[in-house]
Amino acid sequence: MAVTRQDRPSGWYLAPAVTFFGAFAVLPMVLVVYLSFTSWNGFGFPALTGAENWSRLIEDGRAWDSLRLTLLFMVLTWVVQTPIAMLIGVWAAGHQRNRAVLSSFFFLPLLLSTAAIALLWAAVLDPNFGATQALPFLDGVNFLGNTELVVYTVVWVISWQYIPFHTLLYQAAARQVPQSLYEAATLDGAGRYRQFFTITLPLLKYTVITSTVLMLVGSVTTFDTILILTGGGPGTATRILPLHMYITGFSGFEFGYASAIAVLLLLLGAGLSLAVTSATGFRKMQSQQEGM
Amino acid sequence: MSDRAPLGGDDIPRGAVGVRTAEAPPSPIAPVPEVPERQRRRVWNRRRAHGRPNVLAGVLATVWLALVAVPLYFLVAASFRTRSEYLSDNPLAPPPNPTLENYETVLTGDFPTYLLNTVVVTVATVAIVVGLTLPAGYAVARNAGRAVQRGFSLMLVGLAIPAQAAIIPVYLMITQLHLYDTLLAVILPTAAFAMPVALLVMTNSLRDIPRELYEAQTLDGAGPFQALRHLVLPLAKPAITTVAVFTSLTAWNGFLFPLVLTQSVSTRVLTLGLWDYQGQFGTNVPALLAAVTLSVVPIFVLYLVGRRYLLSGLTAGAGK
Repeated sequence: MAVTRQDRPSGWYLAPAVTFFGAFAVLPMVLVVYLSFTSWNGFGFPALTGAENWSRLIEDGRAWDSLRLTLLFMVLTWVVQTPIAMLIGVWAAGHQRNRAVLSSFFFLPLLLSTAAIALLWAAVLDPNFGATQALPFLDGVNFLGNTELVVYTVVWVISWQYIPFHTLLYQAAARQVPQSLYEAATLDGAGRYRQFFTITLPLLKYTVITSTVLMLVGSVTTFDTILILTGGGPGTATRILPLHMYITGFSGFEFGYASAIAVLLLLLGAGLSLAVTSATGFRKMQSQQEGM
Repeated sequence: MSDRAPLGGDDIPRGAVGVRTAEAPPSPIAPVPEVPERQRRRVWNRRRAHGRPNVLAGVLATVWLALVAVPLYFLVAASFRTRSEYLSDNPLAPPPNPTLENYETVLTGDFPTYLLNTVVVTVATVAIVVGLTLPAGYAVARNAGRAVQRGFSLMLVGLAIPAQAAIIPVYLMITQLHLYDTLLAVILPTAAFAMPVALLVMTNSLRDIPRELYEAQTLDGAGPFQALRHLVLPLAKPAITTVAVFTSLTAWNGFLFPLVLTQSVSTRVLTLGLWDYQGQFGTNVPALLAAVTLSVVPIFVLYLVGRRYLLSGLTAGAGK
């Protein structure tokens, strides 16, 4: 007896999930485009104003500064996180006992919420009473109050938070490299570093892609860490695009204009993930993810 | 990768091994006599590649360990200091007279309310996400029809959407629904944005159930609902766990939706509560750090009892 159509689940099994997702995720995406053509102060109903918000956005120097800063963040967080996460991940993939014990410590930052991490580091970096004050070479450095330094400080805190996650990805991937490849390379006389660059690194290619997409999209949307640590300051030194949107909307009550910034954010986030995945082969990446 | 590297260790001709090993330093491991020669050589090779301690990696790992451990040590140590000790002591020295005063301050305040709100939000979000994505994943895995697959694609688009971009329209919708400043206001969008990853995990897992098992159910006269209950539900337990952990962490750590959609103390969740302490406690940093420490305890317990589940839930987000 063959399985007939009636024995299979109908579309109604999917309908509640799609409806729910449509109402609270897809509808907002449509609405935000509409709202970007309106003026709305948070009370009553939005009033259509045409392309006013968009022409304002094009002339808004602060928005472009925020965009530039967002891109800088994206590059810096990638440059800091990728090598550290990859090296520690490959190291932690070894089954030696000391590595297993140490890696369980490495993953501890994963247990803290973003709010907890931001508050912890605000206390650690306090120029008067923080932990850095006890270290002679860091004593008195104002990590969060110096407009030059603060960008790097925030990049560091974000990296501290997310490196363990990416380490997990690299660890899982490195464990899947067949041991026989290393044995063969050893027979051919390849040393440890040569083995890393000729075997491990090429085989981690799809993990690098996955991790990069997550980092890039993540840094476009980094919001809570910066809000708690610096509030976007000092001045506007760390006001990246999502924060600029939030402040414009929820502190300035210009929700229409903030929606235009949100659309820019949406295009940036969606565009980035599409660009990276299509440039590198989305199907291949998906099959790699299934193996994780 | 060297194209002349043989793929299987067993296929290597004996002579080749002898030539290569002749130049190598003698093995520090004495061969065990009982082990056959071929196997012994494989053990030896593995030892040669990975037995020598990797000094550079060890140093880097230790540096990283310090960078992770010192801030966490500072956090816990400071939470046991009195306010005046915090202002005068070396921040990295152990607290001279450990006190529970800070924990008392936190626990007798609004912290229990915040914790309860977070638990309610987390449980409700997990219930919605698991309850909706399990049947949805079943439909996607077993129904190749056009409508179902289109719906699936629509939800996968959600993987590329940043939640921040939705916050203004979500705020508009929630106020129009008269849900502003309720826990439901936080639960609804949090669940919606956790759904794409959850559905992806469910679908991938349910696709792995062999077709024969579904067919056997049908032969026994079971409809799709019975199959869901008696076949899919038990076999999908690992996927359900992964989805539940992933969704819990998302809801537990959520900041943006509660920030924008709630206002009063009675609806404040833990993450917002911590931030509020920063202003409320002012210079009483030890109390703030005690609250931060307390907020980590539930997840830490989960890490101790079910590390594997926690890590699988965390990496479920890699589908994003």
